[in-house]
Amino acid sequence: MNEGTATRPLVDRLLAAHGWLVYLFFYAPIVVLTVFSFNDNSRVGVWTRPSLRWYGEMFRNDDIMRAIRNTLIVAAVSTVVSVVLGTAAAISMERFRFRGQRAMDGLLYLPIIIPDVTMAVMMLLFFVQAFDLLEGFTGIRLNLGLGTISLAHIAFNISYVAVVVRARLAGMDPHLTEAAADLYATPWQTFRRVTLPLIMPGVAGGALLALTLSLDDVVVTSFVTGPGSTTLPVYVFGLVRREVSPLINAVSTAMLLASILLVGVSLGFQRRSGARQGPSDEDEGDANDATTPMVGHLGRVGADAGGM
Amino acid sequence: MSRPAVELVGITKRFGDVVAVDDLDLTVGDGEFFSLLGPSGCGKTTTLRMIAGFEYPTEGTLKIHGEEMGLRPPNERPVNTVFQSYALFPHMTVADNVAFGLQMRKVPSAEIEARVKRVLDQVQLRHRADAKPSQLSGGQRQRVALARALVNEPEVLLLDEPLGALDLKLRQNMQVELKELQNRVGITFIYVTHDQEEALTMSDRIGVMDEGKLLQVGTPEEIYEGPRSRFVADFIGDINLITATVSGPDRVRLGNGQEIEVRSPGPVGEEVTLALRPERLELYDLDEPMPENHTKLRGKVIRRMYYGDAYFYDVEVGLDHPLEVKEENRPDVETYDMGEETVVCWDPAAVNVVTD
Repeated sequence: MNEGTATRPLVDRLLAAHGWLVYLFFYAPIVVLTVFSFNDNSRVGVWTRPSLRWYGEMFRNDDIMRAIRNTLIVAAVSTVVSVVLGTAAAISMERFRFRGQRAMDGLLYLPIIIPDVTMAVMMLLFFVQAFDLLEGFTGIRLNLGLGTISLAHIAFNISYVAVVVRARLAGMDPHLTEAAADLYATPWQTFRRVTLPLIMPGVAGGALLALTLSLDDVVVTSFVTGPGSTTLPVYVFGLVRREVSPLINAVSTAMLLASILLVGVSLGFQRRSGARQGPSDEDEGDANDATTPMVGHLGRVGADAGGM
Repeated sequence: MSRPAVELVGITKRFGDVVAVDDLDLTVGDGEFFSLLGPSGCGKTTTLRMIAGFEYPTEGTLKIHGEEMGLRPPNERPVNTVFQSYALFPHMTVADNVAFGLQMRKVPSAEIEARVKRVLDQVQLRHRADAKPSQLSGGQRQRVALARALVNEPEVLLLDEPLGALDLKLRQNMQVELKELQNRVGITFIYVTHDQEEALTMSDRIGVMDEGKLLQVGTPEEIYEGPRSRFVADFIGDINLITATVSGPDRVRLGNGQEIEVRSPGPVGEEVTLALRPERLELYDLDEPMPENHTKLRGKVIRRMYYGDAYFYDVEVGLDHPLEVKEENRPDVETYDMGEETVVCWDPAAVNVVTD
């Protein structure tokens, strides 16, 4: 072994160095951000001495606290709803055959491909038109706010949940549901006792993905938001445009921490479900695949938050 | 046969333009071990799936113990299935897998426990009750699948190539075990397989299928000894198929012009196919005394293959194909070398006339 490392060719060492540089490029900004969030100075780029001053400011700032609360409400609502609808969509695409399925299948994933800005504009236009129509017919005036933000998040999250759950379903032996039916289970019992437990890693993965996407979203949210319903990412974005204050560093670091926690939870979940299913079972080989893209995404979220 | 366990009348199943099962009539008796035998794609699995309720017939009626099934879903049918892939629930233990059917039918939990233990004893897997399916070997999984179905004491057990994934030795052991089990529990077994040996050794009766049609139904002996069609003859075991023309009552003319005796071959002038099992043929030296009334064809050994328990000879006799002859490997049976002149000899009663 030692001999192998000693005589390692130059190419290998260059590749290793390259790898380290890539990681440096990824993580140096995060380190800088985190360090400067503990800086006791009103100017962003000038280091004086360590302090928790900006974290204190953050907790005392009502706007930020309200934004955090809004963010959590929207994330919770949109995650729960999109997990239910996305899972149902995945099952109907994977397990049933019906007219127009191919078209619906393609359209289901459109929100993943559509640019955020396009999605945002169409959401805004849709809500404005719908509210005008509603007012015309009933006289009730609805306004943009947490409701519209949640609906918009649900709209794009369903697609992501469906993709992740479907990957899991595709790896499931279709005879399992037949076996359950053969053993006297009603369709509902089959779903509860067999299908749902087996796709649970996918459902959980989809939920985490939906949660992060919702926590992270700026573009769509800033279009469909109303007075008093600003979310944290949108607030931070606005803050940057007004004044570059070290407060942003503290808020960004807090968001980064939340993202890392989510990654940890998802990794823990994967490991647990992986251990439970056993590595030898070929039917379960995709257990980790379904959740892998999510971790990649969470990593990106962390980097995004750090970049702010 | 008392009251039939399963009756299929005029069952047809179409998938789009494809006819998977074509106007099939079949009655399986109570307590019978019935095999559906045929090559892949012959419609045997589709037939089984219709009995289980996973597919519904396009036409025809299907009755289980006299009751018409119609569009009744699988969970309301008195049958259980052993799947080719076993389809064990990977997130449940062996015991939970086996208990599933009883739980669904709301059997009291004390009774479930007792019955699960009993059936796991039967398949000798009591010690693996808490294992997950992924921790079991192929043979053990197969036995769990069997136990999971049997614990429900179904009126009919459907088995879809349950031994297909096992290696040869294990498969042979399981064949014996399955047959004994069926004798013991007395449940009707409908067994789908493409393995003719499996069908012959286990079944009370066999139905041979090809291209969605049921070609012949009979006991293993009837199917093996008296195939009625070229397909059945060819599919089950080794066989010599010889084309001949009927030249008189009990006489046919072979391709080489020789006339031989065949019992009731059909109307004079008609072309027929003769089916002859290799083990019914015997080889003699040219000058050896031979049975008086046997058919004799002179030929030359062109290939000899050693199978341990027997020799297989290909003998060129001037017909379209050489004749395959099986001679047991016993000290009193003479062996022949490549190129040796010989006489192929058989009892006319061993010849079967089959349709194309």
